[in-house]
Amino acid sequence: MFFATTVSTGVVVLVGAVFLACAVEMVEALTIVLAVGHTRGWRSAFEGTGMALVALAALVAVFGPALVHVPISVLRLVVGGVLLIFGMQWLRKAILRASGLKALHNEDEIYRETVAELKALGSRVDRDHVAFVMAFKGVFLEGLEVVITVLTLGTSAHRLGLATTVAAVAVLLVGIVGVVVAKQLSNVPENAMKMSVGVLLVSYGTFWTGEGLKVKWPGNDVALLLFVALYVVVTWLLVVMLRRETPSISSEVAA
Amino acid sequence: MTKKQSLPVRLLKGFGMFWWDFLVGDTPELFIAALVIIGVIALLSLAGHFNAAAVVVLPLLAVSALTVSVRRAQRAARRK
Repeated sequence: MFFATTVSTGVVVLVGAVFLACAVEMVEALTIVLAVGHTRGWRSAFEGTGMALVALAALVAVFGPALVHVPISVLRLVVGGVLLIFGMQWLRKAILRASGLKALHNEDEIYRETVAELKALGSRVDRDHVAFVMAFKGVFLEGLEVVITVLTLGTSAHRLGLATTVAAVAVLLVGIVGVVVAKQLSNVPENAMKMSVGVLLVSYGTFWTGEGLKVKWPGNDVALLLFVALYVVVTWLLVVMLRRETPSISSEVAA
Repeated sequence: MTKKQSLPVRLLKGFGMFWWDFLVGDTPELFIAALVIIGVIALLSLAGHFNAAAVVVLPLLAVSALTVSVRRAQRAARRK
């Protein structure tokens, strides 16, 4: 009974982290592809997207099996360190956005900027190099974050298959919704999702860093839930504190 | 005039730049904090066998690093 409880705790956190991280990255990639497709034509947009997916698949094929052969304590320490940094970066950005110190990530605005940038580059040709590169870069860079999240979380938890499936479901779901609603991706509560991902990544980062350094966590995987609770409270306190202290500071440009 | 670099060199540079941006970027304090956390916990857990201290100190250091980084961003925003 205890074993079942601890396993499901880790799985729930893993599924949540991978799903939300992949969904957020997919929203960002899709915004760029939609802007490219609507402005310069779908052929080059799809070619760029396809090529980026092939490049990402090649990366997974090369690094995925290699990671399995790394000693588990070393892997968990490295993954823990990376997730700790990555998670704190996400959480920091989400806190700054929630407290008004940084502008919210606005997909409509990004869409308009991308369209304007592409239109400024002049008329399209049959083989649109600009559209191809833009779609490729958008999908590859956002996808790379998905790959890193899936590989690090999946291999450390010995659940690479589950992590990959969850990532595929998230990408597919956002893809379908994105195509259906076309340009209205700004309705996605992106900052709340990013904040949740940040909390989950820092929690996993804390957990794996400790595991990699032979720390024995009380309750094993259940400690993950305690970390999630701790970082949720800390995030909330920081947002409240920043809102109270800096009510007049206006937003800066979204990164 | 700059000499054009070969493809392997450009790929290697791009790979290095990606990881630099990914791990350090505009928040070097978080990168340094992660290294400090690993160092301190290694001392407590591996060298000192202070498991209970490591359990408390690890999340505490992470929370402190996040708070310092957020405060740093707040100060930067005030200066603008």
